Amino acid sequence: MITEPIHFKETARKNLAAADLRENLRRATDHTLRLRQQAVSAVPEWEDLRAAAHGIKKESIDHLAGYLESFELRAIEAGCKIFWAETASQAVEYVVSVCRQRGASLVVKAKSMTTEEMELNPALEAAGIHPVETDLGEFIIQLAGETPSHITAPALHKSRTQIGRLFAEKLGIDFSEDPKELTRAARAVLREKFLKATVGISGVNFAVAETGSLVLVTNEGNGRLCTTLPKTHIAIMGIEKIIPRFDDLRVFLKLLARSSTGQKLTSYVTMITGPRKPREMDGPEELHVVLLDNGRSELLTHPHTREALYCIRCGACLNVCPVYQRVGGHAYGWVYPGPIGAVITPELQGLQRARELPYASSLCGSCSNVCPVKIDLHHMLLWLRKSAVEARLTSGAERWIMKMFVATMKHPRLYRWSGLLGRLAQMIFASKGKGLRIPHWSEGRDFPPLPNKSFHQLWNEGEVR
Amino acid sequence: MKIHLFIPCLVDQFYPGVAVSMCRVLKKLGVDYVYLTDQTCCGQPAFNSGYHREASELAERFLEIFKSAETIVAPSGSCVSMVKVFYPQLELSPPARQTLDRLGPRLFEFSDFLVRKLNVVDVGAQFKGKITYHDSCHLLRELGIQEQPRQLIRNVRGIEFVELDDMQTCCGFGGTFAVKFPDISTAMGSDKAAAIERTGADVVVANDSSCLMQIAGVLSRRRSRVVPMHLAELLAQGI
Repeated sequence: MITEPIHFKETARKNLAAADLRENLRRATDHTLRLRQQAVSAVPEWEDLRAAAHGIKKESIDHLAGYLESFELRAIEAGCKIFWAETASQAVEYVVSVCRQRGASLVVKAKSMTTEEMELNPALEAAGIHPVETDLGEFIIQLAGETPSHITAPALHKSRTQIGRLFAEKLGIDFSEDPKELTRAARAVLREKFLKATVGISGVNFAVAETGSLVLVTNEGNGRLCTTLPKTHIAIMGIEKIIPRFDDLRVFLKLLARSSTGQKLTSYVTMITGPRKPREMDGPEELHVVLLDNGRSELLTHPHTREALYCIRCGACLNVCPVYQRVGGHAYGWVYPGPIGAVITPELQGLQRARELPYASSLCGSCSNVCPVKIDLHHMLLWLRKSAVEARLTSGAERWIMKMFVATMKHPRLYRWSGLLGRLAQMIFASKGKGLRIPHWSEGRDFPPLPNKSFHQLWNEGEVR
Repeated sequence: MKIHLFIPCLVDQFYPGVAVSMCRVLKKLGVDYVYLTDQTCCGQPAFNSGYHREASELAERFLEIFKSAETIVAPSGSCVSMVKVFYPQLELSPPARQTLDRLGPRLFEFSDFLVRKLNVVDVGAQFKGKITYHDSCHLLRELGIQEQPRQLIRNVRGIEFVELDDMQTCCGFGGTFAVKFPDISTAMGSDKAAAIERTGADVVVANDSSCLMQIAGVLSRRRSRVVPMHLAELLAQGI
């Protein structure tokens, strides 16, 4: 939960000035987008898949309560324990209490943005339980004491040199910037943790209502280890992760991997239906599923933005966003950055505190264009701006300017006078042939000079008829 | 055929040459045009900033002025999408809503009007030089206009056309975004300018004066020799 206002503009400015950060962001997003483009162009039915996914998500979200109940029923039949958490703190309490009951001092975690949203790690630490992030990116971030800057690539803002230095310092190994070396070092640390941990915590990519199954897509095998080795597995999911049928995975698995990493399929697709059954060889003895609301039901009631609940967390809208590419994820102030963050942070954490985010976009529409489930992200930002104005969250100066602007534009004569006034100001203040210096505009760009005559004047003088 | 000119305020005040060029091309093609002198702004700056009530007032006004028009043409993808895509989101009076339903399909962006409505891809223009083209966001993603401008450019005699890297990436203007976040906006503009310069083009063409204002502002600050030009201005060359 954030309690302070998010200062997007301030952080963005700092991040823009950090040349190495911009370079890291640029390189990573360019690379991922290239891979995505190749993967997508190899699928002629891409647009049909997007439309299908949108339809399935619409069906799930429109009938969310029903599908959740059916999921719960099937999951319990399969042997799961279900916990409904209305708030993040309820979910955290439950997870901590399960860990305590199992006497866990060490838990291994597969990557989960929902646990970031819950701020689970600090709570576990406070309870004397050490959480170890086992996704390589998350492992790096945890070592650095930072938060993820991207939904699927949490350490995207770091270069391999920076990671090499971090590993040398924290793991006591020789400096290397070879990804293979670094991965090997992380693996050596993590193997031991996997074997020792009594509880494994994971997120969920899809929860199938029809079968009560949990589906996880990962690339490093850590997800599978977290969900099979420890005796207890706790899976944590936002309630919007529900899909109606097992068959729907055909659509989503195709879209998700290609959109997020440009892969045809992630290296591991783990499907879990209940804990280990009597005659089975492996799997946890117990499986807890935490269904987290944390503001999602409220978002469900917002007609213009509820489709944000269709999000499958692929991160493509981040990669393609020209604003994200330049300022990075941390500027967005909460767990979810980029265009999807600019929509759901105000919705889940309050527009009051996140009031800058809906404006953190040039409204270019690339996000909506790339979204595999066709969420109309940039138009949602416009609706949030409307809400910000209606809640009087914009400055008095801006409200006054808008009033004056509309008053002027409603009266053609006033409008033309202000054009003349601009020309007069230009004559007095600007050097010959140059435009005026406009605050905020002219720091990095020239402002165009006003020509002697407007089109209106030229028309009236009969030059263009 | 008689059309109504919709000349956005930015074009009227800062880039009248764009509107004059558009008129010249239309005249050459035998299209009659009128200009209703009471028009001002479509309300986009207010709408994009979240001020729907204020935007509605200007939308009502716009629709009242153009209500008897048969066909409307504007040299801007952005202002056309304001009317076609965003007016329907506003709370409008029933008569204004009726006018909008009638006018929406009759409103065209300039290149779209030439190619789809008039079936013209060669206006007979001539220009010597290397040209690249920037896809304006609203034109491309709100209106889906991508090929029309390219067809028109390719048919200008004497030009060499070269595509731009990241041609579909925003130039960083974004209306009030450009002044609310000037440093991000300028950073985006600088990358766009660098991509333009890499093509070795003499001229960068776009269909929106707002994008051109941003691109020109950055190019000029960089003392670049590349000339920004609206499609209408290019098509008016040599005719």
